[in-house]
Amino acid sequence: MTELAQDKMTTLREFMAEVSNKDYAESYLIAVLHKTQELFGYVPRQVMDEASEALQIPTAHIWGVATFYHYFNLEPIGRHTISVCMGTACYVKGATQVLDVLKKELGVEVGKTTEDRLFTLQEARCLGACGIAPVIMIDDKIYGELDAKKTVEIINQYRKAAAESRKV
Amino acid sequence: MDVKETRYKLTLCDGTACIHNHSKAVQQALETELDKHGLKDSVSIHLSGCLGMCTKGPILIVNPGYIMYGRVQVEDVPEIVESHLVNNKAVTRLIITEDHLYNRFFRIFGDVDFFGKQMRIALRNCGIIDPENIDNYLSLRGYEALAKALETMTPGQVIEEVKKSGLRGRGGAGFPTGLKWEFTANQDSDEKYVICNADEGDPGAFMDRSAIEGDPHTVLEGMMIGGYAIGAGKGIIYIRAEYPLAIKRLEKAIASAREHGLLGENILGSDFAFDIEIRLGAGAFVCGEETALIHSIEGHRGMPRPRPPYPSVKGLFGKPTLINNVETWANIPVILLDGADWFNTVGTETSKGTKVFAVAGRVQNTGLVEVPMGTTLREIIYDICGGIPNGKRFKAVQTGGPSGGCLPEHYLDTEIDYESLAKAGSIMGSGGMIVIDEDSCMVSLARFFLEFTQDESCGKCTPCREGTKRMYEILTRITEGQGQPGDIEKLQRLGEMIKHSSLCGLGQSAPNPVLSTIENFREEYEEHIQDKKCRAGQCTALLSYTINDKCVGCGACKRVCPVNAIEGVRKEKHRILQEVCIRCGQCYEVCKFDAITKA
Repeated sequence: MTELAQDKMTTLREFMAEVSNKDYAESYLIAVLHKTQELFGYVPRQVMDEASEALQIPTAHIWGVATFYHYFNLEPIGRHTISVCMGTACYVKGATQVLDVLKKELGVEVGKTTEDRLFTLQEARCLGACGIAPVIMIDDKIYGELDAKKTVEIINQYRKAAAESRKV
Repeated sequence: MDVKETRYKLTLCDGTACIHNHSKAVQQALETELDKHGLKDSVSIHLSGCLGMCTKGPILIVNPGYIMYGRVQVEDVPEIVESHLVNNKAVTRLIITEDHLYNRFFRIFGDVDFFGKQMRIALRNCGIIDPENIDNYLSLRGYEALAKALETMTPGQVIEEVKKSGLRGRGGAGFPTGLKWEFTANQDSDEKYVICNADEGDPGAFMDRSAIEGDPHTVLEGMMIGGYAIGAGKGIIYIRAEYPLAIKRLEKAIASAREHGLLGENILGSDFAFDIEIRLGAGAFVCGEETALIHSIEGHRGMPRPRPPYPSVKGLFGKPTLINNVETWANIPVILLDGADWFNTVGTETSKGTKVFAVAGRVQNTGLVEVPMGTTLREIIYDICGGIPNGKRFKAVQTGGPSGGCLPEHYLDTEIDYESLAKAGSIMGSGGMIVIDEDSCMVSLARFFLEFTQDESCGKCTPCREGTKRMYEILTRITEGQGQPGDIEKLQRLGEMIKHSSLCGLGQSAPNPVLSTIENFREEYEEHIQDKKCRAGQCTALLSYTINDKCVGCGACKRVCPVNAIEGVRKEKHRILQEVCIRCGQCYEVCKFDAITKA
């Protein structure tokens, strides 16, 4: 089991202590999971045990909630998260082709992380940028009006940037 | 006229009546005051011809913001300059306020085709005010409806007004809003809750996001009025975590409302106390269903439960709860200020007011449009949204997201309201509208929606969990060329069964896209199954690209291929490696010699 960063754990513990004093404290479970993912990028198993103590909820229940919602990752993710919008507008304008190209180019299936830990490939429900469909979102940045070629170019830009930062 | 880049542009009516009412003196006073504040270069004054609103003269319009002041006297000028032009706070007492709230939009955008046929009630401030500035909202009659309710109306009167307006829930089902309020108000309980459902999950719908991002205070004001009407002290906004900007704007709006004493104890000097909290969703479509949403706020898996009891009786934490969607809340301040009688004049017999649609897909102007109920699909798609691009033919329009149906061409002149869409085999839903042209395959579109719903099915009830999966499998094999005779009938039987036996709205409406496409485009299903053909050329398994003898070996296709599936020597016929090809069609698009056959 990997060691979690102590400063982040402290922040999280403070947050849990704060909500556990509120009315209906157990209702803040999802907020705690959000905070966890914001800090660590995913929801580590150890945190669930801590949350169980803090909010007095069985870990099994927390596990059930964390796995129910798509938003939470239960495994560490790559440096960049690629979300391919599979909303209707994007679908109509060719999102499946964009996804196929990405799968092929990265060599991973949806939900998985590349071996070099650079990319995690995800499908997203509508990102709300239907006017420039099809779109993908890499971290917080939206790329629109994509086709297969443009998609590969964007991936290569990120690869190049990563390679350069390694050199430095 | 000298057009300078100025921070403010003032338009002063220079018609006979206004001049008679001393507009010239006002102009002089303005020039003096601007000079005094050193604003001569950042504010310009333009004189206009008669605006026609002579009884209110002299009229002064301040842009940006299109604030219209009436009966401006020389004595008012220092205040206007100081407050509005220096401190960016409009002088509320002088703003001409008789005009309906919705009107403002037209005055600004009316001459652009896209806006001409729209009527904006819910989105009245979007694009006009600065959403992060509460003073902006206040200057456009913001929180005036709340003040009116608290000062001059009893909770019962507020409910009566909402009932009389005929407003129906904008989230999908179209339940009369006033009745819902009344049911919740009638419950006897020490604690009650008001919830704003901002868990907009329909793929292709983004009206709630835009409404909140553009005008968060309207939603807060609506909720406060709702809280007052039903006797609740606490409001919760349940919003998708995927909308970070909307969340940020809401947080800011709530904080400024608290600072201004609009949230908290003794609101506006009354004994009404109310506060609002934001809770984040976590990417589960089913949480748009009200009982699932409540479970999610309580910290559980978002699964629906059978109703009754309805949330109005037993909702959040077991207390009576009033849930309305973002757009519904945004209508409330207008109904209170402009009156139920006015609201009633907009729309159709059964559906009053306007509806916001998110129009996307194969249409020139994708975006948000708000139109009166009763507008036809043709007006929305062709007049407002500019029709289908690239000269393609219209094929169908999907309304109501994954719970809705596909309507073919002969429904284009249907006047949209809750009933007419239901009669046509679709639903209003939250207002997603996807335009589909001849290049889209209806079978794979239906499959796409089923993929969505079967994935989002929470798994609690069997018909939805298992049924949608089986439907999805059948649709998949049809699009892959493995369809069997009898598949269409199986889909219909299964679909009807799921509709009638599922627990919540998700399952009850999940088969709609399939059933409506079978109803209206049955021949496409038959072609896929019998002839193994996809006329739209979208089902890639039924399709392959090959290079024919017209190829001159220019290499254009080879260069454009994203997966290097084309090989060949320059000036000789090239070849596509079928096992590598992803059938993206780029080679087909780029070939100038008609040398690529798509079959």
